[in-house]
Amino acid sequence: MRTLPWAAMGHLVARRALLAVPVLLAVTFGAFALAAASPFDPVKAYAGTAALGADQETLDRLRDNLGVDRPFAVRWWEWLTSAVTGDLGHSSVMRQPVAEAIGERLVWSTLLCTVAFAVAVLLGTLLGVLAARRPGSLLDRTVTSLAYSLEAAPVFWIALLAVWLFALNLGVLPAGGLTDTGSEHVTAGQVASHLILPAGVLAVSQLPWFTLYVRQGVGDALAEDPVRGARARGLAERTVLLGHALRSGLLPVLTLIGSRVPELITGALLVETVFSWPGIAAATVEAATAVDFPLLAALTTLATAAVLAGNLLADLLYGLVDPRVKLNEM
Amino acid sequence: MADTTVEKADATVPAAATAWRSHGTTRRSTHTLRLRVSAALVALTALAVLLVPPLVQLDQQAVDLAAKLLPPSWSHPFGTDDVGRDLLLRCVYGLRVSLLVGVVAALTATVIGTAVGAAAGAFGGWVDRLVMRLVDTLSSVPHLLLGIFIVALFRPGVWPVVISVALTHWLSTARIVRAEILSLRSRPYVDAAVSGGASRLRVALRHLLPGVLPQAGLAAVLMIPHAMWHESALSFLGLGLPAHTASLGTLIQGARGSLLAGQWWPTLFPGLFLIIPTLAIAGLAGVWRERINPRRRSELTL
Repeated sequence: MRTLPWAAMGHLVARRALLAVPVLLAVTFGAFALAAASPFDPVKAYAGTAALGADQETLDRLRDNLGVDRPFAVRWWEWLTSAVTGDLGHSSVMRQPVAEAIGERLVWSTLLCTVAFAVAVLLGTLLGVLAARRPGSLLDRTVTSLAYSLEAAPVFWIALLAVWLFALNLGVLPAGGLTDTGSEHVTAGQVASHLILPAGVLAVSQLPWFTLYVRQGVGDALAEDPVRGARARGLAERTVLLGHALRSGLLPVLTLIGSRVPELITGALLVETVFSWPGIAAATVEAATAVDFPLLAALTTLATAAVLAGNLLADLLYGLVDPRVKLNEM
Repeated sequence: MADTTVEKADATVPAAATAWRSHGTTRRSTHTLRLRVSAALVALTALAVLLVPPLVQLDQQAVDLAAKLLPPSWSHPFGTDDVGRDLLLRCVYGLRVSLLVGVVAALTATVIGTAVGAAAGAFGGWVDRLVMRLVDTLSSVPHLLLGIFIVALFRPGVWPVVISVALTHWLSTARIVRAEILSLRSRPYVDAAVSGGASRLRVALRHLLPGVLPQAGLAAVLMIPHAMWHESALSFLGLGLPAHTASLGTLIQGARGSLLAGQWWPTLFPGLFLIIPTLAIAGLAGVWRERINPRRRSELTL
């Protein structure tokens, strides 16, 4: 194992971090501009049902306090300067500061996404290699057809059917939530049993894409000269498949892993909603239903940052795995 | 199931594409089979969506509580929902709404994407850099999240959904069109037009744009299922279409209560109505892609 090129990796990370700043600025600015252009009224959203009974004077005072009448660019700048210090505003739907609400929920979303992604990557590689080994075989056809159908199926639909099958019909897994209804403490065992179904569904939704790409990559690699050479030297089929075909076939897949982060977030949004998983994705839906702008803006920024981090991770991986790629040139 | 044929046909083509294992006639036959089955399914969908509503009037408010939650039978092939409405009919109506939203959103997105991509590619220089930077920025926000953001601020109604889907989907088209224009720009016939004194606008509209239209059309067709998916996801989250204009997503959302009581059919069938058109359109688009760009494999393009 060669030593990692720490300096080059550090440079890449620093450069990407610098590039991320204008992107995040533009995204938050766009969010504020959109909100200013929409018919959405922050005063009514803030006051909620109390706005119905309030007199005009109270509403005006509230409007003044919230500073709604100032241009959105000013409000954006204020939001930004306080966001840098960690104050992201107050969430009206969660009834707590936005930073706190996100902090509590981020752990569960990260857990769900990590487990699901790991399962999808491992299982996808396995199925892809098996399918690529004998193109056109029964296994290949089954895997490919399943992958195409699963890719076309909406993830929330799969999630609902999984609830019906595993929670209602077979009764083996809980249908939602983080813990059993009666329990007061979050124990590892309960979380694990409640995690299986959402993580499984999320993994299944990510699986087809991964399987098809691995199958394609390994299938292409199997037709290339290095593999033919390895076979000619009389290497074992296993060595050829895993050492030669899989290693070069996985390369194109690695670059694309980062581009899956948006899909993963999208899937998590829907899966968390179905399973009442207390993560940030489910909070996004709640925030959107109640038009909780501070929370929504913070979550959009967070998701954008996650996507950028995913891209960076993919480039780092690619640079480390493929010796032809120079990290300094990315 | 009709859709399994499509997939099986799909599965054998890549095998034949591996250079040294050509299957000859088998390949051609599965190819046509795939084309025919996909075309038939798309035609069936279009016919159902266009013909059924004028023939069978559906009163969205009509309730028949005596017939509620009947399992699939001959009189109700898909069963009935929790207020006794026939699910087959509601699914067709839902498909109509979803398809309409999908087509309008995909067309809008393609027009925006083609215009932006063509402008970036044709002008080049700082315009190109600025526009592509904007595209990169927008594409780093997850689509559904941006869609939720837009719908949350502008809802309710059909138009916010269409706009949110269109605004999140033009990016890929813009990239494809720009890349295509950049490769066309260096062709001799464009040089000939420029030395013949054609204006920039004329070169762009007369010589560059027609060259990218097949690619843009393909992108538009492939976008329809994606837009439908997007719309149903928004509707499922309760942020999309209002409940009385039932789309497939609204139907699935509405069936959640009866699913927990053990009735699977109100959930299953709307989902199938999403999958089958998606696979059929993907099959057709795959054939089209092979025709306009024979060297690229038609896999992985759902």
